[in-house]
Amino acid sequence: MSVNLDAAPGAVHTSGAAPRGKARRGLSRAGALFVSPYVLFIVVVFAVPLVYTVWISFHRFYFTAPGTDIDSPWVGLSNYRDVFTDPVVGQAFLNILIFLVINVPLTVGLSLVLAAALNSKIRGRGFFRAAFYVPYVTASVALVAVWQFLFGSDGFVNHLLGSHAPDPSWLVNSHLAMPMIAVFVTWKQLGFFVMLYLASLQNVGKELYEASAMDGAGKVRQFFSVTVPGVRPATTLVVIYAIITGANLFSEPYLLTGGGGPDHASTSPVLLMYQKGIEQGHPDFAAALGVVLVAFVMVVSIAARKLTERGD
Amino acid sequence: MSAATPRPTRRFARGSAVRYVLLSLGAVAFLFPFYYMIVGSLRGQTVGDLSAAVPSGLTGDNYAAVNSAISLGRSLLNSGIMTIGVLICTLVFGVLAGYALAQLRFRGKGAVFAALLLVQMIPFQLLTLPLYVLVVRDYGLGDNYLGMILPFAINSTAVFLFRQFFAQMPQSLFEAARIDGASELRILWRIALPMARPAVLTALLLTFIGPWNEFLWPFLVTKNADMQPLAVSLASFLSNLQGTVANPAGALLAGACVLALPAVVLFLLFQRHFTSTDIDSGVKG
Repeated sequence: MSVNLDAAPGAVHTSGAAPRGKARRGLSRAGALFVSPYVLFIVVVFAVPLVYTVWISFHRFYFTAPGTDIDSPWVGLSNYRDVFTDPVVGQAFLNILIFLVINVPLTVGLSLVLAAALNSKIRGRGFFRAAFYVPYVTASVALVAVWQFLFGSDGFVNHLLGSHAPDPSWLVNSHLAMPMIAVFVTWKQLGFFVMLYLASLQNVGKELYEASAMDGAGKVRQFFSVTVPGVRPATTLVVIYAIITGANLFSEPYLLTGGGGPDHASTSPVLLMYQKGIEQGHPDFAAALGVVLVAFVMVVSIAARKLTERGD
Repeated sequence: MSAATPRPTRRFARGSAVRYVLLSLGAVAFLFPFYYMIVGSLRGQTVGDLSAAVPSGLTGDNYAAVNSAISLGRSLLNSGIMTIGVLICTLVFGVLAGYALAQLRFRGKGAVFAALLLVQMIPFQLLTLPLYVLVVRDYGLGDNYLGMILPFAINSTAVFLFRQFFAQMPQSLFEAARIDGASELRILWRIALPMARPAVLTALLLTFIGPWNEFLWPFLVTKNADMQPLAVSLASFLSNLQGTVANPAGALLAGACVLALPAVVLFLLFQRHFTSTDIDSGVKG
């Protein structure tokens, strides 16, 4: 809130006399020195792999033992052609869209309602906040173990539903596997988004509520005409986060639905990258798929931004 | 919102009842799986039916069973080394970078800050494959703590938090020390850092849950069971070792409890310091 992104550059040294050349040079050295390990980290962990993945995607590439040299001939768009003609790839991207269609509205709706309910001095506020946050801080692997147990064929939920239980059961049903993943991820991440909306609600002016109450608006009306537009920047951020989460899906399809569900019903692009690249030894295919995934993320993000910011 | 307008008490009471019902329903949905996990991990016979939610015939056998199947101590040690390595790197190098980005002037500062924001937008899993090729094949760091730590070494979100926090501190605070000839390192250590304790706690908590909970990367770089962190050994138990114990579901839930406990306890301990405003400073990015 009190953060101002533009304050720092230039603000340095504006107090007092103009800096002497020597002092400024000394400062520069400390700054560059302090930031250099982080720059090195960004280069090694982000820039080099990013360039490398593009390079691999245009070559025939094999895994080799360290030290052995095998040619990686240039193959142009051949890997990309393989990616675009593979039906499982199409399925994986479709799965991500299914994920987003379920995850985004659920996340936005539930976290906003819970944040609005939490946004006042009520008893047990700390308890509720903690309760919502606990799944977010817990490892996916641990939570997947519980969900398998809850939603297994002979699990708690099916015993509760009796004859209404789906057949085949939740996690092995080709229609339900991906929706289950979307619900699982919504549940796991919701606490983070509740906090995000809580912070954003602080910025919605009290006077707007007062004015609308004066005009006779009820709580529900206030929620839709004051709260929802008031937190729109946070909503944009929630949607972008959801898209990034969707693009990153791996452990849930791999563990929750046993390696991508029946008939690839819950295969994700990253899971496919792992299976093709590492299990089956086609890292060039996986690299091309990664590049396509980045493009996909960018297109969907821009489209989502346009949608959520409409009307501003 | 109770501050909006004075309302008749009855209306207010109803509004607040709706609020409590909503929040309580939410809390049950969030906490029930955890309750189920704990009870299931303590039952002698862990089956999926409704009785599994009732604690009865409690025993610690499941913990012993999962310990014998995946050696919990060793896995916890590996998780701990990986996480502490990341925490140290983030704390040392992240604070330095955050301070420099907030309070110092140097060439390329704008570019570094832009890179910091960009890095947070790149889905990390996309880099997993080339990183795997580089780290395991080219650098030979498979089954090595350094290789496990490397991709997470400096948490960019934490750097951003540090930077935001240091940027709020007035320049004049540091000027006097500079005139007295204190080095930037000394100013950072003696003046800036002590004031940044809340940011440091938040950043440490955020940084902790990343490597502690991470599955894909350590799963790729560790083939040797002795090097696997708990999330990876538990996942391999989940997918192919369950047959080795008498009560597989109970043992699995026991392992899940052990994996969940440190992050949950840390979060509950530091919850007070972990306020929504800290996250909001990230929102503004």
